[in-house]
Amino acid sequence: MTSHADAVADHGHHEIEIPFNVTPRPDTGVYNAKLGVWLFLASEVMLFGALFSSLILLRTGAPTLPNGLSSWPVGKDTLHVLPATVNTFVLILSSVTVVLAWANLRLGDLKMGRIFIAITLLCGFIFMGIKAYEYSLSFEHHHYPSTHNFFAIYFTMTGLHGLHVLGGMIVFAYFLTFGSKMWKTEPARFTNRIEVVGLYWHFVDLVWIFLFPTLYLL
Amino acid sequence: MALKRQVRVGNQWMYARDAWRTLEEARRVALEEERHERQHDLPFWRKYIFSTDHKVIGIQYGFTALCFLLLGFCLMILMRLQLGWPGHAFSVMKLIGEGRAPGGVLLPEAYNQLGAMHGTIMIFLGIVPLAVGAFGNYLVPLQIGAPDMAFPKLNMASYWCYFMGGVVMFSSFFYSGGTANSGWTSYPPLSDIATHGQTFWLCGMVFLITSSLLGSVNFIVTIIQLRAKGMTFMRFPFFVHAQLVTSFLLLLAFPPLEAAAVLQLMDRLAHTSFFLPTGLVVSGQVLGNAGGGNPLLWQHLFWFLAHPEVYVLILPAMGIVAEIIANNTRKPLWGYRSMVGAVVFLGFMSFVVWAHHMFLTGMGTVISAFFQTTTMIISIPSVIVLSALFISLWGGSIRFNTPMLFALAFLPMFGIGGLTGLPLGLATADLHLHDTYYVIGHFHYVVAPGTIFAMFAGVYYWFPKITGRRLNEFWGKVHFWISLVCINGIFFPMFMQGLAGVSRRLYDGGEQYAHAKLIAHQTNPFMSICAIGLLAAQVPFLINFFYNAIASLVGRRQEIANQNPWHATTLEWAATTSPPLGHGNFVEIPVVYRGPYEYSVPGAANDWIPQHHETEPAPPPGGGMLPEVAVAQREM
Repeated sequence: MTSHADAVADHGHHEIEIPFNVTPRPDTGVYNAKLGVWLFLASEVMLFGALFSSLILLRTGAPTLPNGLSSWPVGKDTLHVLPATVNTFVLILSSVTVVLAWANLRLGDLKMGRIFIAITLLCGFIFMGIKAYEYSLSFEHHHYPSTHNFFAIYFTMTGLHGLHVLGGMIVFAYFLTFGSKMWKTEPARFTNRIEVVGLYWHFVDLVWIFLFPTLYLL
Repeated sequence: MALKRQVRVGNQWMYARDAWRTLEEARRVALEEERHERQHDLPFWRKYIFSTDHKVIGIQYGFTALCFLLLGFCLMILMRLQLGWPGHAFSVMKLIGEGRAPGGVLLPEAYNQLGAMHGTIMIFLGIVPLAVGAFGNYLVPLQIGAPDMAFPKLNMASYWCYFMGGVVMFSSFFYSGGTANSGWTSYPPLSDIATHGQTFWLCGMVFLITSSLLGSVNFIVTIIQLRAKGMTFMRFPFFVHAQLVTSFLLLLAFPPLEAAAVLQLMDRLAHTSFFLPTGLVVSGQVLGNAGGGNPLLWQHLFWFLAHPEVYVLILPAMGIVAEIIANNTRKPLWGYRSMVGAVVFLGFMSFVVWAHHMFLTGMGTVISAFFQTTTMIISIPSVIVLSALFISLWGGSIRFNTPMLFALAFLPMFGIGGLTGLPLGLATADLHLHDTYYVIGHFHYVVAPGTIFAMFAGVYYWFPKITGRRLNEFWGKVHFWISLVCINGIFFPMFMQGLAGVSRRLYDGGEQYAHAKLIAHQTNPFMSICAIGLLAAQVPFLINFFYNAIASLVGRRQEIANQNPWHATTLEWAATTSPPLGHGNFVEIPVVYRGPYEYSVPGAANDWIPQHHETEPAPPPGGGMLPEVAVAQREM
């Protein structure tokens, strides 16, 4: 409980310090932000879980055609599997690089850490670029959200996922530029921040790993 | 005996215990002065408006939520005027605009708007922010001995998201198309094709969901991570357990509604058909949408939130009542451990009961049977908590002050609300009762004389903590007794109306239905008069509240002689009276030595032992003397 004692000792002199902001609490084993991001991700699971459930309900509720097949369009015939496959690998790569960024910061190497953050950010840009290309292909085929509920849920889910990617990219851009100033004063806290955004980034990656087969392949 | 030991402080000899207290007080005053000085560094807008201090944010939440509660209440007064005397012109109706009430006679469309906004405002902008945002924010860090919330900036963001959500919702009143008018449940297909007020509603909800997400993550992390030394889970005041379970409900139940809101926004703005079936006919015209959607999908997603939401409304209220009952019976809560177990179980179960709101949708008897069973099971933990609170009264020497009166009234009122819910949870009985005034009576008994009474109890109980002044007891009791009588006068006849089959949706109170006419005519004017009486009963409260709040702001705090006016045991009273707004709660982070309700411990000198007292009376924390003071000793 040393942080507690520190907080008490500092109390009279500085701004209030929140205990376990940087160091883990001994009996829970995590620092505050790490627990916070796990809870946030639990909430995100419920958000995407609700959308996946909606997809299942709409698909199973779609009328059956006279030939006995469902009238629900098959993703691999109507969507663009190749760019989506490339995107899958881009996101997996970015999940590796964000771990490498964190590992290098843990080893005290800011330069390598920043290089890997930059690569992760670049992967984000590539993903969004390919995604935009894919959307434009759909629009060329006159596939809009209002065309059919399959496209409606496709645009809604990939759009919401894209917003999550964009959110992660903004955070990486911040840590690459203004945010990295913290390294000089509080390197441990800065490393924690990369770990936390990394956890979020893995989650965004994981959502895509579920989205890709569900929408494009099944 | 330590009493025999004397020490010298400066040039004065005194008993060790007195000396320690004197020095501790001196040090406290010094630290506090220093802290006050530091606060002047912060500009006004950082200190009181965009503050990151949980106490300021709690007060902001509380004030905003009370304003919204009053607004929601005024909307229902207009509805009650219409129900009591259908078609009569009231000059007060002109307040909501000539377009909604030409000549003071309320239009049916406007009645729908008032109904939708009353529900939305009361639940999402009134009670949840008051119960969680205000009481939770102010009290939880104090009760667990934390210096602030774990993420102070997120806490501020949470309040301002809530504020923005309120502004968006409220602004739709000034939109020419009117507010949302599809009820607080916003069932499609009606809501999909409704006026743009519904888009305001959905955007407002996205802000409110974001706010509660930020808040709930913050609460859980604060409770788990920032507990003071010695504050184990089973030493939490019951209120903290209630807030912890509530936060998990908000964290996990709200996202599906957010997903549903996104889908409905897509339906409305991108013309998708998530909730629109094929071949829907609106005003004699086939809607040219793709179709294939399912209105039931909305209901599932909505109630997946909205049933846990019911427990979000009631759990903090139970927590507040438990604190006040333990304090005013001067004895520990009966069955504390089983109460904690019950609320945790309640939290889990609340995720698997949602479809009992949908028995009449034709989703099938198997599914109905499942949800009927889980609904019967979930009533057990509620009964455990309520029974434990009742038994806690047994053998206590009860102090009937205003907070205790409100807390005591909560028990039978919540009891009526809960028990009348059982027939609604049984699919067969629900066939008759669904969408009648019985349902309205049931959930209002839970939320109005239940939760809101608990909120009033909390306001009266913690007002001295926040302001340093007690609210006037006499006017508090006037407020209580008139409110109690009037609120029952409004809601009890609803059960009779509902059993007679009066629909909850009729804007004329059943004027056109033979079966509804008799009972509605006999009861509606009486209920409306009671509603006006209830409004009048809030006047002494408002005066009492604002008089004392303003008196406290201008520095008149002398009314309370000590820091702990109710002689309570929990940690929030270990902080100074009305802890300075700004940063920091405790002069020293307390160490916790005992459970939350050590009242009337046999053999103790006082009938309460605070959680941070190691023995009675209190020694210095850690048992050491203050190092900076020269201490000499002599034996007597």
